[in-house]
Amino acid sequence: MVSRGLPVVTVFPGLLYKPNPFLSCGFLQNCSATLLLIFLSTQHDIMGNFAANEGLSIFVILVWLGINVFLFVHFYMAFLVDRYYYTRVILGHALSWARAPAACLNFNCLLILLPVCRNLLSFLRGSIQYCSRTAARQLDRNLTFHKLVAYMIALHTAIHIIAHLFNFERFMDSQLMINNSYLPYVLSQIGNNGNKSYLNPIRSNETNPTIVMFTTIAGLTGVVITLALILIITSSMEVIRRSYFEVFWFTHHLFIVFFIGLVAHGIGRIVRGQTTESMAVHNPIKCHTEFETWGQSGTNCPEPDFAGNPPKTWKWVVGPMFLYLCERLVRFYRSQQKVVITKVVMHPSKTLELQMKKKGFKMEVGQYVFMQCPSISQLEWHPFTLTSAPEEDHLSVHIRIVGDWTQALYTACGGDKTVVLDAWTLPKLAVDGPFGTASEDVFRYEVVMLVGAGIGVTPFASVLKSVWYKHVQENKNVFTKKIYFYWLCPETQAFEWFADLLQSLERQMNDKDMRDFLSYNIYLTRWKDAEAAHLRVQYEAENDPITGLKQKTRYGKPNWDNEFSAIATQHPGSKVGVFLCGPTALATALGKQCNSHTESGTEFIFNKENF
Amino acid sequence: MGKIEWAMWANEQALAAGLIYVTGGIVGVAGQFRGWQFAAFGIAAGVFVCLLEYPRSKRGKGTSVERTGQYCFTVCVKAFGPLTRNYYVRAFLHAALCVPGGFMLATVLGCVCLGIASLIYLSAAIHGEHWEPILPRTEPPKRVGDSIKEPPQNPPPRPPPELRRKKADKLETAAYDNPMSVTVNE
Repeated sequence: MVSRGLPVVTVFPGLLYKPNPFLSCGFLQNCSATLLLIFLSTQHDIMGNFAANEGLSIFVILVWLGINVFLFVHFYMAFLVDRYYYTRVILGHALSWARAPAACLNFNCLLILLPVCRNLLSFLRGSIQYCSRTAARQLDRNLTFHKLVAYMIALHTAIHIIAHLFNFERFMDSQLMINNSYLPYVLSQIGNNGNKSYLNPIRSNETNPTIVMFTTIAGLTGVVITLALILIITSSMEVIRRSYFEVFWFTHHLFIVFFIGLVAHGIGRIVRGQTTESMAVHNPIKCHTEFETWGQSGTNCPEPDFAGNPPKTWKWVVGPMFLYLCERLVRFYRSQQKVVITKVVMHPSKTLELQMKKKGFKMEVGQYVFMQCPSISQLEWHPFTLTSAPEEDHLSVHIRIVGDWTQALYTACGGDKTVVLDAWTLPKLAVDGPFGTASEDVFRYEVVMLVGAGIGVTPFASVLKSVWYKHVQENKNVFTKKIYFYWLCPETQAFEWFADLLQSLERQMNDKDMRDFLSYNIYLTRWKDAEAAHLRVQYEAENDPITGLKQKTRYGKPNWDNEFSAIATQHPGSKVGVFLCGPTALATALGKQCNSHTESGTEFIFNKENF
Repeated sequence: MGKIEWAMWANEQALAAGLIYVTGGIVGVAGQFRGWQFAAFGIAAGVFVCLLEYPRSKRGKGTSVERTGQYCFTVCVKAFGPLTRNYYVRAFLHAALCVPGGFMLATVLGCVCLGIASLIYLSAAIHGEHWEPILPRTEPPKRVGDSIKEPPQNPPPRPPPELRRKKADKLETAAYDNPMSVTVNE
């Protein structure tokens, strides 16, 4: 993915943020499932891998939906008790229909802030990884979960508002039907003498619901937060998000208004029920028929007293709000830390390589970072896969110049100038990360097949370098003995910088006499006629005309059947790990191949979601 | 990050506002609320706004993403010419449509959202944007070069077979040699 200059949302080419499910925040809830799935995944069964990946996500979703349903039903029923008998006389079931989604809204507003605390998630991922790789990988689907919770908030808001429309109307009706033999009217007159024991929040008949809405705290905050929510949602549509990041990001900060309004929404205590003291002396079931004689001497039924419920939303959301505040502080702190650009390399295929150093930065293979350049834009943080290995003393990213931000970065780093820039003229950068699940599984296999499609090859740069360093430094301890690397690419331009890497690896392998360690196959899946003619003519050349490597580029798609069979015969009796970063169609194809070629002896284990 | 085209956001906001207007109107009419006539107007106005806003405009810069099945709406909206092309007209239209919604609680939200959409459209109009239909591109028919008037009737002249045979050990000179000079047919 290295980058297309796309704003924050997509990280890897389709794989992690596909319509597949989501993240887990409630780890305690998933413990039993996780333990089960750890067991399954350690069995290295391919079906177990699938169950491990998708099963956990589906389980999380079901738990979340279950909690929503439970809260809805529970709070619906909670307002069917006698305490609210008189409230229901006026409002009917619309009261419950308004309170049930309110409870769900509390729950979902609690959840919505958590998936975007990426530093917190990173910390959790680090701890979780020791227990379960699979659970750690769920954390990479956090944005999908954030969106899902947002849609649920929108749904519950709609139900809540529609129910309250009916509530307001009915409250107004009961003030307007001036008739002392009409219970709702009688109920609405309670509290007219100035104390706070009223039931109907609409206190006069010379108003209308719209005015009431704008003059009550609940109504006003309700309108404000709904507007904020609608603006947030419309500016988060994919079209707007991808093209006009600043609009999306600015408008999204309306969530601050949203949360303040949400906490203030219940302050007016507009939902009212009978007080406990009143319930002791006035039983609504018995007394409601005698409403014409309440409080008069000789009856058993004094006038009922009502009071509002205290606001409860703050109890739900104060925790996540605090966590998010910490998250922003951490991000700010990290962005202030010095990042020094040590080397800038302009690759011919519109790719910019930046080598940087940051104090205390530790990474693992296959992770990514967010980068920001204040001189270009204060707001934009863009994700890039790290192409350096953990064993190196610097961190490097390869950035493809495809958008305004990357173009500006290219210019700032002196891309269009021919003279070498002095170090202090290079722009200041901020780096946040690293994020993403480490792909250390690669090192657990003796034989490894790495398959990268197009730009999906970028994380493999890190992997290849790391494996090489491990061999050089700890010669005997490296478990991985052979790597088969497949790169499927539709065009030659993206080759160049990666080819440089392969060339230097090739050279180093020759020096160390380890020619057989890495076997790479590059497949060009699309070409123009003119190129094809050139390639035909150059067929006899020693080095490949495109990559300059000794191993020739091939054309078309690989014949996986042959490849798998060849590897199986070469390495009988070993476990071969197959890692893919690419489209789902390829993933299904490889999965099938793994299944069909796993015989007694060689076992192919497919790892789909590692990158 | 490209220069913002306000119309893209205004369009999303107006579409959402239309849907909210319709929903509020339906609730108002179905619940027989006081002032349900405003709700009925809200339904009509909301539907109209949705139909008007459904087809996305072509972007000034970059690729435009169509909404599913928007082609027939594009044709209808295009038929109104400058009325739908100009965003000032749209801004005032939305402002006018939203006002009756303010008189009834059920449609107030639709009113405010449509009002905001109207303001964003005003901003778009001030920035000189206008609505362009996204039409399917027709491929220009492949044009044969002008110099080809008629295919040749006879095969090209060749030297006799003895001269044509290539010598295996002299590959460089074995390329085909024209006995007559050839000029490019201009």
